[in-house]
Amino acid sequence: MSFFTLANLSYLVAAALFIFGLKRLQSPTTARSGNVMAAAGMALAIIVTLLETDFANWQLILVGAIIGALIGGVSAQAVQMTAMPQMVGIFNGFGGGASALVAISEFMRLLSPQLTMSNDSGVSIILGTLIGGVTFSGSMVAFAKLQGLMTGAPITWPLQKSLNSALLLAVLALGSYVVFFDQGNLTVFYVIIGLALVLGVTSVIPIGGADMPVVISLLNSYSGLAAAAAGFVVDNRVLIIAGSLVGASGLILTNIMCVGMNRSLANVLFGAVGTADVGAGGSVGAGAAAGTVRDVSAEEAGMILAYANSVIFVPGYGMAVAQAQHAVRELADVLKGRGVRVSYAIHPVAGRMPGHMNVLLAEANVPYDELFDMDDINDDFKNTTVAVVIGANDVVNPAARHDTTSPLYGMPILNVDESEHIIVLKRSMRAGFAGVENELFFHPKTMMLFGDAKNSVTKLVSEAKAA
Amino acid sequence: MPEGLLNNLYIFVLAMFTGFEVITKVPPLLHTPLMSGSNAISGISVIGALVITAAAAGESTLILVLGVIAVAMGMINVVGGFLVTDRMLQMFKKKETPGQTAKP
Repeated sequence: MSFFTLANLSYLVAAALFIFGLKRLQSPTTARSGNVMAAAGMALAIIVTLLETDFANWQLILVGAIIGALIGGVSAQAVQMTAMPQMVGIFNGFGGGASALVAISEFMRLLSPQLTMSNDSGVSIILGTLIGGVTFSGSMVAFAKLQGLMTGAPITWPLQKSLNSALLLAVLALGSYVVFFDQGNLTVFYVIIGLALVLGVTSVIPIGGADMPVVISLLNSYSGLAAAAAGFVVDNRVLIIAGSLVGASGLILTNIMCVGMNRSLANVLFGAVGTADVGAGGSVGAGAAAGTVRDVSAEEAGMILAYANSVIFVPGYGMAVAQAQHAVRELADVLKGRGVRVSYAIHPVAGRMPGHMNVLLAEANVPYDELFDMDDINDDFKNTTVAVVIGANDVVNPAARHDTTSPLYGMPILNVDESEHIIVLKRSMRAGFAGVENELFFHPKTMMLFGDAKNSVTKLVSEAKAA
Repeated sequence: MPEGLLNNLYIFVLAMFTGFEVITKVPPLLHTPLMSGSNAISGISVIGALVITAAAAGESTLILVLGVIAVAMGMINVVGGFLVTDRMLQMFKKKETPGQTAKP
Protein backbone atom coordinates (compact mmCIF):
# COMPACT_ATOMS: atom_id res chain seq x y z
CA MET A 1 0.00 0.00 0.00
CA SER A 2 1.40 3.38 -0.94
CA PHE A 3 1.89 6.01 1.72
CA PHE A 4 -0.69 8.15 -0.04
CA THR A 5 -3.33 5.45 0.45
CA LEU A 6 -2.29 4.91 4.05
CA ALA A 7 -2.51 8.64 4.75
CA ASN A 8 -5.97 8.83 3.24
CA LEU A 9 -7.15 5.85 5.25
CA SER A 10 -5.88 7.55 8.38
CA TYR A 11 -7.86 10.67 7.46
CA LEU A 12 -10.90 8.44 7.14
CA VAL A 13 -10.28 7.11 10.64
CA ALA A 14 -9.95 10.69 11.90
CA ALA A 15 -13.27 11.63 10.26
CA ALA A 16 -14.95 8.61 11.87
CA LEU A 17 -13.54 9.63 15.24
CA PHE A 18 -15.06 13.10 14.82
CA ILE A 19 -18.48 11.61 14.10
CA PHE A 20 -18.28 9.13 17.00
CA GLY A 21 -17.06 11.91 19.26
CA LEU A 22 -19.99 14.16 18.38
CA LYS A 23 -22.38 11.26 18.77
CA ARG A 24 -21.17 10.69 22.32
CA LEU A 25 -22.14 14.27 23.14
CA GLN A 26 -25.73 13.05 23.11
CA SER A 27 -25.46 12.12 26.78
CA PRO A 28 -23.60 13.80 29.64
CA THR A 29 -22.27 10.41 30.78
CA THR A 30 -20.44 9.75 27.51
CA ALA A 31 -19.73 13.33 26.44
CA ARG A 32 -16.30 13.66 27.99
CA SER A 33 -14.97 10.54 26.29
CA GLY A 34 -16.52 11.81 23.05
CA ASN A 35 -14.50 14.98 23.27
CA VAL A 36 -11.35 12.90 23.85
CA MET A 37 -12.17 10.81 20.76
CA ALA A 38 -12.55 13.89 18.61
CA ALA A 39 -9.27 15.24 19.97
CA ALA A 40 -7.60 11.92 19.13
CA GLY A 41 -8.96 12.19 15.59
CA MET A 42 -7.46 15.64 15.32
CA ALA A 43 -4.07 14.46 16.62
CA LEU A 44 -4.08 11.60 14.12
CA ALA A 45 -4.90 13.92 11.24
CA ILE A 46 -2.13 16.33 12.24
CA ILE A 47 0.50 13.58 12.58
CA VAL A 48 -0.41 12.02 9.25
CA THR A 49 -0.19 15.40 7.53
CA LEU A 50 3.23 16.05 8.99
CA LEU A 51 4.43 12.63 7.75
CA GLU A 52 2.82 13.19 4.36
CA THR A 53 4.63 16.50 3.90
CA ASP A 54 7.95 14.95 4.99
CA PHE A 55 8.23 17.46 7.82
CA ALA A 56 9.15 20.17 5.33
CA ASN A 57 9.69 23.52 7.05
CA TRP A 58 9.17 21.78 10.34
CA GLN A 59 11.05 24.42 12.34
CA LEU A 60 8.66 27.16 11.25
CA ILE A 61 5.64 24.91 11.68
CA LEU A 62 6.79 23.98 15.15
CA VAL A 63 7.12 27.63 16.13
CA GLY A 64 3.59 28.40 14.88
CA ALA A 65 2.16 25.30 16.50
CA ILE A 66 3.77 25.97 19.88
CA ILE A 67 2.64 29.59 19.93
CA GLY A 68 -0.91 28.55 19.02
CA ALA A 69 -1.03 25.65 21.47
CA LEU A 70 0.25 27.86 24.30
CA ILE A 71 -2.24 30.64 23.66
CA GLY A 72 -5.10 28.15 23.30
CA GLY A 73 -4.10 26.02 26.26
CA VAL A 74 -3.53 28.87 28.67
CA SER A 75 -6.74 30.69 27.79
CA ALA A 76 -8.73 27.45 28.01
CA GLN A 77 -7.52 26.98 31.59
CA ALA A 78 -7.86 30.61 32.61
CA VAL A 79 -11.27 31.51 31.21
CA GLN A 80 -14.16 31.91 33.63
CA MET A 81 -17.28 29.93 32.84
CA THR A 82 -19.30 33.15 32.66
CA ALA A 83 -16.97 34.31 29.89
CA MET A 84 -17.50 31.18 27.81
CA PRO A 85 -19.53 32.91 25.06
CA GLN A 86 -16.74 35.33 24.15
CA MET A 87 -14.19 32.53 24.44
CA VAL A 88 -16.05 30.39 21.93
CA GLY A 89 -16.54 33.51 19.84
CA ILE A 90 -12.85 34.31 19.56
CA PHE A 91 -11.87 30.66 18.97
CA ASN A 92 -14.37 30.60 16.12
CA GLY A 93 -12.66 33.64 14.72
CA PHE A 94 -9.24 32.00 14.78
CA GLY A 95 -10.61 28.91 13.03
CA GLY A 96 -12.16 31.09 10.35
CA GLY A 97 -8.98 33.11 10.08
CA ALA A 98 -6.88 29.97 9.60
CA SER A 99 -9.21 28.78 6.82
CA ALA A 100 -9.09 32.16 5.09
CA LEU A 101 -5.30 32.20 5.26
CA VAL A 102 -5.15 28.71 3.72
CA ALA A 103 -7.23 29.94 0.79
CA ILE A 104 -5.21 33.16 0.48
CA SER A 105 -1.86 31.35 0.55
CA GLU A 106 -3.04 28.88 -2.07
CA PHE A 107 -4.02 31.78 -4.34
CA MET A 108 -0.53 33.21 -3.98
CA ARG A 109 1.13 29.85 -4.55
CA LEU A 110 -0.80 29.43 -7.80
CA LEU A 111 0.51 32.81 -9.00
CA SER A 112 3.88 31.25 -9.71
CA PRO A 113 4.47 30.97 -13.49
CA GLN A 114 4.77 27.15 -13.55
CA LEU A 115 1.30 26.69 -12.06
CA THR A 116 -2.15 27.50 -13.30
CA MET A 117 -5.30 28.01 -11.32
CA SER A 118 -8.14 25.79 -12.45
CA ASN A 119 -11.62 27.28 -12.38
CA ASP A 120 -12.82 25.04 -9.57
CA SER A 121 -9.87 25.70 -7.30
CA GLY A 122 -10.32 29.39 -8.07
CA VAL A 123 -13.95 29.27 -6.97
CA SER A 124 -13.02 27.35 -3.80
CA ILE A 125 -10.34 29.92 -3.00
CA ILE A 126 -12.76 32.83 -3.33
CA LEU A 127 -15.42 31.10 -1.19
CA GLY A 128 -12.82 30.11 1.42
CA THR A 129 -11.52 33.67 1.59
CA LEU A 130 -15.02 35.11 1.83
CA ILE A 131 -16.43 32.75 4.48
CA GLY A 132 -13.20 32.61 6.45
CA GLY A 133 -12.77 36.39 6.35
CA VAL A 134 -16.35 37.06 7.44
CA THR A 135 -16.00 34.49 10.25
CA PHE A 136 -12.78 36.09 11.43
CA SER A 137 -13.82 39.73 11.56
CA GLY A 138 -17.41 38.94 12.60
CA SER A 139 -16.16 36.84 15.51
CA MET A 140 -13.81 39.58 16.62
CA VAL A 141 -16.73 42.02 16.77
CA ALA A 142 -18.85 39.47 18.65
CA PHE A 143 -15.97 38.97 21.08
CA ALA A 144 -15.58 42.72 21.59
CA LYS A 145 -19.30 43.08 22.28
CA LEU A 146 -19.48 40.17 24.73
CA GLN A 147 -16.28 41.18 26.49
CA GLY A 148 -17.61 44.71 26.91
CA LEU A 149 -14.83 46.24 24.80
CA MET A 150 -17.55 47.95 22.77
CA THR A 151 -21.21 48.63 23.34
CA GLY A 152 -23.41 45.56 23.30
CA ALA A 153 -26.27 47.62 21.91
CA PRO A 154 -26.99 47.37 18.19
CA ILE A 155 -25.15 49.95 16.08
CA THR A 156 -27.30 50.80 13.11
CA TRP A 157 -27.21 53.14 10.16
CA PRO A 158 -29.41 53.73 7.14
CA LEU A 159 -29.25 51.28 4.21
CA GLN A 160 -27.50 48.70 6.37
CA LYS A 161 -29.03 45.74 4.58
CA SER A 162 -28.30 47.25 1.18
CA LEU A 163 -24.68 47.86 2.15
CA ASN A 164 -24.22 44.27 3.29
CA SER A 165 -25.84 42.90 0.13
CA ALA A 166 -23.68 45.20 -1.96
CA LEU A 167 -20.52 44.03 -0.20
CA LEU A 168 -21.45 40.39 -0.74
CA LEU A 169 -22.24 40.96 -4.40
CA ALA A 170 -19.01 42.90 -4.86
CA VAL A 171 -16.97 40.03 -3.43
CA LEU A 172 -18.70 37.52 -5.69
CA ALA A 173 -18.35 39.73 -8.78
CA LEU A 174 -14.68 40.52 -8.15
CA GLY A 175 -14.14 36.86 -7.31
CA SER A 176 -15.55 35.75 -10.67
CA TYR A 177 -13.35 38.37 -12.31
CA VAL A 178 -10.07 37.06 -10.84
CA VAL A 179 -11.05 33.44 -11.47
CA PHE A 180 -12.53 33.58 -14.96
CA PHE A 181 -11.29 36.78 -16.64
CA ASP A 182 -8.10 38.17 -15.20
CA GLN A 183 -6.62 35.15 -13.52
CA GLY A 184 -4.43 35.91 -10.56
CA ASN A 185 -4.90 39.68 -10.43
CA LEU A 186 -3.41 40.21 -7.00
CA THR A 187 -4.69 43.76 -6.48
CA VAL A 188 -8.28 42.70 -7.04
CA PHE A 189 -7.72 39.74 -4.73
CA TYR A 190 -6.53 42.07 -1.95
CA VAL A 191 -9.70 44.10 -2.42
CA ILE A 192 -11.71 40.89 -2.04
CA ILE A 193 -9.97 40.09 1.26
CA GLY A 194 -10.64 43.62 2.51
CA LEU A 195 -14.32 43.55 1.53
CA ALA A 196 -14.83 40.15 3.19
CA LEU A 197 -13.39 41.50 6.44
CA VAL A 198 -15.58 44.61 6.25
CA LEU A 199 -18.63 42.45 5.59
CA GLY A 200 -17.96 40.45 8.77
CA VAL A 201 -17.90 43.66 10.81
CA THR A 202 -20.96 45.25 9.23
CA SER A 203 -22.98 42.04 9.62
CA VAL A 204 -22.36 41.60 13.34
CA ILE A 205 -22.21 45.19 14.55
CA PRO A 206 -25.99 45.83 14.25
CA ILE A 207 -26.84 42.81 16.43
CA GLY A 208 -27.60 43.40 20.10
CA GLY A 209 -26.46 41.55 23.23
CA ALA A 210 -29.34 39.17 23.83
CA ASP A 211 -29.34 38.09 20.18
CA MET A 212 -25.75 36.92 20.64
CA PRO A 213 -26.73 33.23 21.02
CA VAL A 214 -27.88 33.34 17.40
CA VAL A 215 -24.78 35.13 16.15
CA ILE A 216 -22.37 32.88 18.02
CA SER A 217 -24.14 29.80 16.63
CA LEU A 218 -24.13 31.21 13.13
CA LEU A 219 -20.44 32.10 13.30
CA ASN A 220 -19.79 28.59 14.59
CA SER A 221 -21.48 27.28 11.49
CA TYR A 222 -19.48 29.64 9.26
CA SER A 223 -16.21 28.51 10.81
CA GLY A 224 -17.12 24.95 9.84
CA LEU A 225 -18.10 25.94 6.32
CA ALA A 226 -14.86 27.92 6.01
CA ALA A 227 -12.89 24.80 6.98
CA ALA A 228 -14.85 22.79 4.39
CA ALA A 229 -14.05 25.42 1.77
CA ALA A 230 -10.37 25.19 2.75
CA GLY A 231 -10.75 21.43 2.23
CA PHE A 232 -11.88 22.06 -1.35
CA VAL A 233 -8.93 24.41 -1.80
CA VAL A 234 -6.24 21.94 -0.74
CA ASP A 235 -8.30 18.94 -1.93
CA ASN A 236 -8.35 17.24 1.46
CA ARG A 237 -11.40 15.23 2.44
CA VAL A 238 -10.96 15.25 6.19
CA LEU A 239 -11.26 19.03 6.10
CA ILE A 240 -14.43 18.77 4.06
CA ILE A 241 -16.00 16.20 6.39
CA ALA A 242 -15.02 17.89 9.65
CA GLY A 243 -15.97 21.30 8.29
CA SER A 244 -19.41 20.23 7.17
CA LEU A 245 -20.11 18.46 10.50
CA VAL A 246 -19.44 21.73 12.27
CA GLY A 247 -21.37 23.67 9.66
CA ALA A 248 -24.39 21.46 10.28
CA SER A 249 -24.01 21.72 14.04
CA GLY A 250 -23.94 25.52 13.93
CA LEU A 251 -26.98 25.64 11.66
CA ILE A 252 -28.98 23.42 14.01
CA LEU A 253 -28.10 25.58 17.01
CA THR A 254 -28.88 28.75 15.07
CA ASN A 255 -32.29 27.36 14.24
CA ILE A 256 -32.99 26.32 17.85
CA MET A 257 -32.07 29.80 19.05
CA CYS A 258 -34.34 31.46 16.48
CA VAL A 259 -37.25 29.19 17.45
CA GLY A 260 -36.56 30.02 21.11
CA MET A 261 -37.13 33.68 20.29
CA ASN A 262 -39.88 33.10 17.75
CA ARG A 263 -37.95 35.16 15.25
CA SER A 264 -36.64 34.46 11.80
CA LEU A 265 -32.92 34.48 11.18
CA ALA A 266 -33.39 37.51 8.92
CA ASN A 267 -35.15 39.35 11.74
CA VAL A 268 -32.31 38.63 14.16
CA LEU A 269 -29.63 39.64 11.66
CA PHE A 270 -31.32 42.80 10.43
CA GLY A 271 -34.00 43.57 13.03
CA ALA A 272 -31.64 45.34 15.49
CA VAL A 273 -34.00 44.61 18.39
CA GLY A 274 -33.11 46.45 21.56
CA THR A 275 -32.50 49.91 20.17
CA ALA A 276 -33.16 52.73 22.59
CA ASP A 277 -36.22 53.84 20.61
CA VAL A 278 -38.10 50.61 21.15
CA GLY A 279 -37.72 50.90 24.91
CA ALA A 280 -38.56 54.56 25.09
CA GLY A 281 -41.42 54.73 22.64
CA GLY A 282 -42.88 51.27 22.69
CA SER A 283 -44.03 49.92 25.95
CA VAL A 284 -42.76 51.79 28.95
CA GLY A 285 -46.02 53.69 29.15
CA ALA A 286 -48.03 50.50 29.00
CA GLY A 287 -45.94 49.04 31.82
CA ALA A 288 -46.40 52.01 34.10
CA ALA A 289 -50.13 51.72 33.70
CA ALA A 290 -50.12 48.02 34.51
CA GLY A 291 -50.04 48.39 38.28
CA THR A 292 -47.84 48.64 41.28
CA VAL A 293 -44.76 46.70 42.18
CA ARG A 294 -44.62 44.81 45.45
CA ASP A 295 -41.31 44.75 47.31
CA VAL A 296 -40.32 41.93 49.56
CA SER A 297 -37.66 41.77 52.25
CA ALA A 298 -35.06 38.99 52.28
CA GLU A 299 -36.51 37.82 55.61
CA GLU A 300 -39.97 37.32 54.22
CA ALA A 301 -38.72 35.78 50.97
CA GLY A 302 -36.44 33.42 52.88
CA MET A 303 -39.39 32.36 55.03
CA ILE A 304 -41.60 31.66 52.02
CA LEU A 305 -38.86 29.56 50.43
CA ALA A 306 -38.10 27.64 53.62
CA TYR A 307 -41.72 26.56 54.05
CA ALA A 308 -42.39 25.79 50.39
CA ASN A 309 -43.10 22.32 49.04
CA SER A 310 -41.33 22.93 45.78
CA VAL A 311 -39.18 25.65 44.29
CA ILE A 312 -38.14 26.23 40.69
CA PHE A 313 -35.20 28.51 39.99
CA VAL A 314 -35.29 30.41 36.69
CA PRO A 315 -31.80 31.71 35.90
CA GLY A 316 -30.98 34.31 33.26
CA TYR A 317 -28.06 36.36 32.06
CA GLY A 318 -28.27 38.48 35.24
CA MET A 319 -27.19 35.44 37.26
CA ALA A 320 -24.09 35.13 35.08
CA VAL A 321 -23.26 38.82 35.40
CA ALA A 322 -23.57 38.69 39.20
CA GLN A 323 -21.68 35.34 39.35
CA ALA A 324 -24.51 34.18 41.60
CA GLN A 325 -24.54 30.51 40.52
CA HIS A 326 -22.63 29.22 43.57
CA ALA A 327 -24.87 31.12 45.98
CA VAL A 328 -27.92 29.73 44.18
CA ARG A 329 -26.68 26.17 44.63
CA GLU A 330 -26.04 26.87 48.31
CA LEU A 331 -29.61 28.13 48.68
CA ALA A 332 -30.85 25.01 46.90
CA ASP A 333 -28.87 22.82 49.32
CA VAL A 334 -30.37 24.54 52.34
CA LEU A 335 -33.87 24.16 50.91
CA LYS A 336 -33.31 20.52 49.99
CA GLY A 337 -32.10 19.95 53.55
CA ARG A 338 -35.50 21.16 54.70
CA GLY A 339 -37.30 18.78 52.37
CA VAL A 340 -38.14 21.26 49.63
CA ARG A 341 -38.15 19.90 46.08
CA VAL A 342 -35.79 22.01 43.96
CA SER A 343 -35.38 22.16 40.20
CA TYR A 344 -34.13 24.63 37.61
CA ALA A 345 -35.94 25.80 34.48
CA ILE A 346 -33.68 26.69 31.56
CA HIS A 347 -35.02 28.69 28.63
CA PRO A 348 -33.27 27.92 25.31
CA VAL A 349 -32.06 31.52 24.88
CA ALA A 350 -31.24 32.29 28.50
CA GLY A 351 -27.73 33.75 28.61
CA ARG A 352 -25.47 34.69 25.75
CA MET A 353 -24.95 31.33 24.04
CA PRO A 354 -26.80 28.02 23.71
CA GLY A 355 -26.59 26.08 26.98
CA HIS A 356 -24.88 28.94 28.85
CA MET A 357 -26.94 28.53 32.05
CA ASN A 358 -26.40 24.77 32.16
CA VAL A 359 -22.63 25.19 32.15
CA LEU A 360 -22.72 27.83 34.90
CA LEU A 361 -24.91 25.70 37.15
CA ALA A 362 -22.82 22.61 36.45
CA GLU A 363 -19.79 24.65 37.48
CA ALA A 364 -21.54 25.37 40.77
CA ASN A 365 -22.01 21.61 41.26
CA VAL A 366 -25.70 21.54 40.51
CA PRO A 367 -26.41 17.95 39.40
CA TYR A 368 -27.57 17.99 35.78
CA ASP A 369 -30.67 15.94 36.53
CA GLU A 370 -32.08 18.99 38.35
CA LEU A 371 -31.78 21.10 35.18
CA PHE A 372 -34.83 21.03 32.94
CA ASP A 373 -35.45 22.41 29.47
CA MET A 374 -38.43 24.66 28.97
CA ASP A 375 -40.67 22.03 27.39
CA ASP A 376 -39.97 19.50 30.13
CA ILE A 377 -40.76 21.77 33.05
CA ASN A 378 -43.36 24.24 31.82
CA ASP A 379 -46.27 22.11 33.01
CA ASP A 380 -44.82 21.88 36.51
CA PHE A 381 -45.05 25.56 37.40
CA LYS A 382 -48.74 25.28 38.26
CA ASN A 383 -47.91 22.74 40.99
CA THR A 384 -45.00 24.73 42.31
CA THR A 385 -45.00 26.78 45.51
CA VAL A 386 -42.39 29.35 44.52
CA ALA A 387 -40.72 30.28 41.26
CA VAL A 388 -37.54 32.26 41.83
CA VAL A 389 -36.49 34.36 38.84
CA ILE A 390 -32.80 35.26 39.02
CA GLY A 391 -31.68 37.78 36.45
CA ALA A 392 -34.05 36.54 33.75
CA ASN A 393 -36.48 38.94 32.15
CA ASP A 394 -37.86 38.62 28.64
CA VAL A 395 -38.05 34.81 28.82
CA VAL A 396 -40.63 35.02 31.64
CA ASN A 397 -42.73 37.92 30.33
CA PRO A 398 -46.36 36.78 30.01
CA ALA A 399 -46.95 39.52 27.43
CA ALA A 400 -45.34 37.14 24.94
CA ARG A 401 -48.54 35.05 25.19
CA HIS A 402 -51.27 37.60 24.72
CA ASP A 403 -50.01 41.09 23.89
CA THR A 404 -49.97 41.23 20.11
CA THR A 405 -48.34 44.66 20.21
CA SER A 406 -45.34 43.42 22.20
CA PRO A 407 -42.11 42.76 20.31
CA LEU A 408 -41.92 39.56 22.34
CA TYR A 409 -45.33 38.34 21.17
CA GLY A 410 -45.22 34.68 20.16
CA MET A 411 -41.94 33.90 21.87
CA PRO A 412 -42.19 30.70 23.94
CA ILE A 413 -41.81 31.60 27.62
CA LEU A 414 -41.47 29.85 30.95
CA ASN A 415 -44.86 29.71 32.71
CA VAL A 416 -43.52 31.31 35.86
CA ASP A 417 -46.80 33.18 36.43
CA GLU A 418 -48.63 29.89 37.02
CA SER A 419 -46.81 29.09 40.24
CA GLU A 420 -48.29 29.97 43.61
CA HIS A 421 -45.72 32.64 44.51
CA ILE A 422 -43.19 34.42 42.34
CA ILE A 423 -40.01 35.97 43.69
CA VAL A 424 -38.06 38.07 41.22
CA LEU A 425 -34.46 38.97 42.04
CA LYS A 426 -33.56 42.07 40.13
CA ARG A 427 -31.09 44.90 40.34
CA SER A 428 -33.59 47.64 39.47
CA MET A 429 -36.79 48.17 37.52
CA ARG A 430 -34.89 48.61 34.28
CA ALA A 431 -36.56 47.02 31.26
CA GLY A 432 -35.16 43.82 29.78
CA PHE A 433 -32.91 43.56 26.79
CA ALA A 434 -35.73 43.91 24.30
CA GLY A 435 -36.53 47.23 25.96
CA VAL A 436 -39.92 45.86 26.93
CA GLU A 437 -41.51 46.39 30.32
CA ASN A 438 -42.20 43.04 31.99
CA GLU A 439 -45.78 42.64 33.18
CA LEU A 440 -44.71 39.74 35.40
CA PHE A 441 -43.19 42.34 37.76
CA PHE A 442 -46.63 43.94 38.22
CA HIS A 443 -48.41 40.64 38.71
CA PRO A 444 -50.29 40.43 42.03
CA LYS A 445 -48.44 37.19 42.88
CA THR A 446 -45.02 38.69 42.24
CA MET A 447 -42.68 39.89 44.96
CA MET A 448 -39.61 41.85 43.93
CA LEU A 449 -36.37 41.45 45.83
CA PHE A 450 -34.16 44.29 44.63
CA GLY A 451 -30.38 44.25 44.72
CA ASP A 452 -27.36 42.46 43.32
CA ALA A 453 -28.37 38.87 42.60
CA LYS A 454 -25.46 37.36 44.48
CA ASN A 455 -26.04 39.49 47.60
CA SER A 456 -29.76 38.78 47.54
CA VAL A 457 -29.28 35.03 47.21
CA THR A 458 -26.67 35.01 49.99
CA LYS A 459 -29.15 36.83 52.26
CA LEU A 460 -31.84 34.31 51.32
CA VAL A 461 -29.49 31.49 52.32
CA SER A 462 -29.08 32.83 55.85
CA GLU A 463 -32.77 33.68 56.19
CA ALA A 464 -33.80 30.22 55.01
CA LYS A 465 -31.33 28.61 57.39
CA ALA A 466 -32.73 30.65 60.29
CA ALA A 467 -36.36 29.98 59.42
CA MET B 1 -17.13 19.49 -13.77
CA PRO B 2 -13.87 17.71 -12.87
CA GLU B 3 -14.34 14.34 -11.20
CA GLY B 4 -12.30 15.31 -8.12
CA LEU B 5 -14.54 18.28 -7.42
CA LEU B 6 -17.64 16.17 -7.94
CA ASN B 7 -16.40 13.58 -5.43
CA ASN B 8 -15.66 16.30 -2.93
CA LEU B 9 -19.14 17.76 -3.36
CA TYR B 10 -20.65 14.34 -2.65
CA ILE B 11 -18.59 14.07 0.51
CA PHE B 12 -19.57 17.59 1.58
CA VAL B 13 -23.29 17.02 1.19
CA LEU B 14 -23.30 13.58 2.80
CA ALA B 15 -21.21 14.82 5.73
CA MET B 16 -23.68 17.70 6.24
CA PHE B 17 -26.53 15.16 6.47
CA THR B 18 -24.52 13.05 8.90
CA GLY B 19 -23.88 16.14 10.98
CA PHE B 20 -27.59 17.01 11.08
CA GLU B 21 -28.51 13.47 12.14
CA VAL B 22 -25.90 13.18 14.87
CA ILE B 23 -26.17 16.67 16.30
CA THR B 24 -29.97 17.04 16.34
CA LYS B 25 -29.96 14.51 19.18
CA VAL B 26 -27.61 16.47 21.42
CA PRO B 27 -29.68 17.77 24.38
CA PRO B 28 -29.81 21.53 25.17
CA LEU B 29 -28.01 20.67 28.43
CA LEU B 30 -24.84 20.12 26.42
CA HIS B 31 -25.21 22.82 23.80
CA THR B 32 -22.31 24.92 25.09
CA PRO B 33 -19.84 22.00 25.13
CA LEU B 34 -21.20 20.96 21.72
CA MET B 35 -20.43 24.38 20.44
CA SER B 36 -16.91 24.57 21.84
CA GLY B 37 -16.18 20.96 20.89
CA SER B 38 -17.39 21.35 17.32
CA ASN B 39 -15.49 24.60 17.27
CA ALA B 40 -12.32 22.69 18.08
CA ILE B 41 -13.12 20.31 15.21
CA SER B 42 -13.40 23.25 12.83
CA GLY B 43 -9.77 23.91 13.74
CA ILE B 44 -9.13 21.07 11.26
CA SER B 45 -8.12 23.86 8.88
CA VAL B 46 -4.77 23.56 10.67
CA ILE B 47 -4.23 20.59 8.32
CA GLY B 48 -4.62 22.89 5.35
CA ALA B 49 -2.24 25.33 7.01
CA LEU B 50 0.36 22.57 7.48
CA VAL B 51 0.08 21.52 3.83
CA ILE B 52 0.43 25.10 2.62
CA THR B 53 3.37 25.92 4.87
CA ALA B 54 5.20 22.70 3.98
CA ALA B 55 4.66 23.22 0.25
CA ALA B 56 5.96 26.79 0.45
CA ALA B 57 9.55 25.58 0.64
CA GLY B 58 11.80 27.88 -1.37
CA GLU B 59 8.91 30.03 -2.47
CA SER B 60 7.81 33.46 -1.43
CA THR B 61 8.35 34.39 2.19
CA LEU B 62 4.86 35.88 2.27
CA ILE B 63 3.29 32.44 1.87
CA LEU B 64 5.52 31.04 4.61
CA VAL B 65 4.52 33.83 6.97
CA LEU B 66 0.81 33.46 6.18
CA GLY B 67 1.13 29.69 6.58
CA VAL B 68 2.77 29.93 9.98
CA ILE B 69 0.13 32.42 11.18
CA ALA B 70 -2.54 30.03 9.93
CA VAL B 71 -0.91 27.13 11.80
CA ALA B 72 -0.84 29.22 14.99
CA MET B 73 -4.49 30.28 14.62
CA GLY B 74 -5.58 26.75 13.88
CA MET B 75 -3.70 25.41 16.89
CA ILE B 76 -5.29 28.02 19.20
CA ASN B 77 -8.64 26.79 17.95
CA VAL B 78 -7.79 23.07 18.29
CA VAL B 79 -5.94 23.03 21.61
CA GLY B 80 -8.03 25.71 23.28
CA GLY B 81 -11.28 24.24 21.99
CA PHE B 82 -10.72 20.66 23.13
CA LEU B 83 -9.27 21.67 26.52
CA VAL B 84 -12.05 24.09 27.39
CA THR B 85 -14.65 21.53 26.32
CA ASP B 86 -13.06 18.94 28.58
CA ARG B 87 -12.99 21.44 31.43
CA MET B 88 -16.71 22.05 31.00
CA LEU B 89 -17.73 18.44 30.57
CA GLN B 90 -16.01 17.27 33.73
CA MET B 91 -18.29 19.64 35.67
CA PHE B 92 -21.48 17.91 34.57
CA LYS B 93 -22.32 15.51 37.38
CA LYS B 94 -25.33 13.47 38.24
CA LYS B 95 -26.94 13.66 41.66
CA GLU B 96 -25.12 11.44 44.14
CA THR B 97 -28.08 10.21 46.18
CA PRO B 98 -31.47 9.94 44.55
CA GLY B 99 -33.78 11.93 46.79
CA GLN B 100 -36.15 14.79 47.29
CA THR B 101 -35.02 16.87 44.36
CA ALA B 102 -35.76 16.82 40.66
CA LYS B 103 -38.92 16.52 38.75
CA PRO B 104 -42.10 15.09 40.16
